[in-house]
Amino acid sequence: MTQPTPLPTQLSPTATAPTPPSDRGDRRTSLVVLSRFLRHRLAVASLIVLTLLAVCCFGASWIAPHPRNAQNLLEASQPPSAGHWLGTDALGRDYLSETLYAGQLSLAIGLGVALLATLVGTTAGAVAGYLGGWADEVIMRVADLFMIVPPIAVLAVSLQGLGPSPVTIVVVLSSLGWTLIARVVRSQVIQLRHQEFVEAARVVGARGPRILVRHLLPNLTGLIVVNVSLSVAMAIILESTISFLGYGIQPPESSWGNMLTQAAGVIGTDQSYLLYVPGMAILITVLAVNFVGDGLRDALDFQGRQ
Amino acid sequence: MTRYALRRLLASAPVLAVASFILFWTVRATFDPLAKLRQSVDPTALRRETARLGLDRGIAEQYVLWVRGFVTGDWGLSTRTGGPVLPMVGEALGTTLQLVLWGVTLAAAFALAIGLYSAARQYSAGDHVLTGLSYLGVAMPAFWFGLVLIQVLAVWPKEQFGLSDPPLYFVGLHSVGHSGFDLDYLRHLVLPVATLTVGLVASWSRFSRATILGALSSDYVRTARAKGVPRRRILVRHALRNALAPFVTIVAMDAAALVGGLVVTEQIYSIPGMGKLFLASLETGDVFVLLPWMFVVAIAVILFNLLADLSYALLDPRVALR
Repeated sequence: MTQPTPLPTQLSPTATAPTPPSDRGDRRTSLVVLSRFLRHRLAVASLIVLTLLAVCCFGASWIAPHPRNAQNLLEASQPPSAGHWLGTDALGRDYLSETLYAGQLSLAIGLGVALLATLVGTTAGAVAGYLGGWADEVIMRVADLFMIVPPIAVLAVSLQGLGPSPVTIVVVLSSLGWTLIARVVRSQVIQLRHQEFVEAARVVGARGPRILVRHLLPNLTGLIVVNVSLSVAMAIILESTISFLGYGIQPPESSWGNMLTQAAGVIGTDQSYLLYVPGMAILITVLAVNFVGDGLRDALDFQGRQ
Repeated sequence: MTRYALRRLLASAPVLAVASFILFWTVRATFDPLAKLRQSVDPTALRRETARLGLDRGIAEQYVLWVRGFVTGDWGLSTRTGGPVLPMVGEALGTTLQLVLWGVTLAAAFALAIGLYSAARQYSAGDHVLTGLSYLGVAMPAFWFGLVLIQVLAVWPKEQFGLSDPPLYFVGLHSVGHSGFDLDYLRHLVLPVATLTVGLVASWSRFSRATILGALSSDYVRTARAKGVPRRRILVRHALRNALAPFVTIVAMDAAALVGGLVVTEQIYSIPGMGKLFLASLETGDVFVLLPWMFVVAIAVILFNLLADLSYALLDPRVALR
């Protein structure tokens, strides 16, 4: 799929108000953040939707009305009914149960990619920005390399080469996703590293790693958290796209993406409604994740409000 | 400006060289161009082909030979079709560029119009509706939207009204016997262009709304207002004009990603462009198409990015490129 530009995010680092290290200060700040987040009604609603979705998907073995992959060819291709709320597919599997089980992989991959990409990207960006010089040059040129080739191509080729297990998908997607956050973190670290509070820490005798972890990174929390949510959304869409093309999750394992591959075959038949279920699942998840991200950004952006 | 462009192109050469070497190496390590011959009863055939393709040499030497072939236009033969690769990639690129051209032009026009409206009437009902739609557009997987479009705009009306043809086609860009720009072409174009446009309009309109709003809150707009410049003129001549430079940059950079990024759209609508060529070559392990494909796409990305920077300087006289 085409890569839409991420929505313009106006993030300002809390450079002038470095987080005080005392425990009491921390608790007060997180309370303020929490109360601000709770005021963002759409974000709270989205968080509830996401939690419900996650509970239903990961608790599918208890919640789903039918067991996983249970085929009943006598009941194949049936419209929604009391026994099968969303009908059955061509093999007579309950579509609702299939969608819930497929969600396990889609959600896990989305979250895994977001965490791994943010971890790698933040580390690389912070190191590049803090050290500068050749380390900066090398890291950012490597990041440039990943921008030149289209992500779908890299994904498909490497999955063809490495074999499409969920773990490889997470690794490959993260290797594409880390560059964005690396750039942002780098530019913020460059701005912050000559501020008084960093100089002060250095005067007291703090070394590079401690300055990075204890003094610089806390100021980037907002950025990093928002990036995690944006990457979850992007990863879920990319995973479904690559699975749809046949290079991602392979049957009998299922994700929302490869459910749509099968559903693409029912276009123009009585069963074309099967198309809407996994698609809506992706849409609702990504939408909710984006709203939560917006809420977090507003809640963590101290300068923007003051 | 010309000197700047030349210098930028020269500066991107090392990145391109390193990227292409890594690509070359990865693709070579992943695919075996002689997989079929390995089962051959005649052992000399394998040795002959290995020598002919230069596969017995070191990877660096192979790479240099391959680059020389690429530059001189000798792109070799496809193992899938047996035909020469250069015209194959050329045709696919032409097809994809048609889609990119239509899609980007329409998407940019829509996005600017929406951005202008939303900025002029910030927090109005219309602004809220458009913002909501843009959230949907960003969250929608393009391939799913494409499938839904086929069902709703082509298959359903055909069956519902008992037409002999669907009102909008969803296979290829021309019917048999048609070519060039005609009604048939447009009927083929609507669905794929809509599919690739929806995400772009969504994200670009958010961007243009934000930049126009930024310009509207600036000092020069306040001055213009104080002087009594009409509202419409402020919006178009002051705010829009200043928001245009960053907007065009984003558009050019996203357009770059489309050249190799329409894989899904072309797959759904069976359009013989770069994306379809990529998938076909990947399925058959056609190394001799995959390598130049990636190279062409990488060059396109670099060119479009250069275009983005140049257009910025053209639209914003404060930016001097040296």
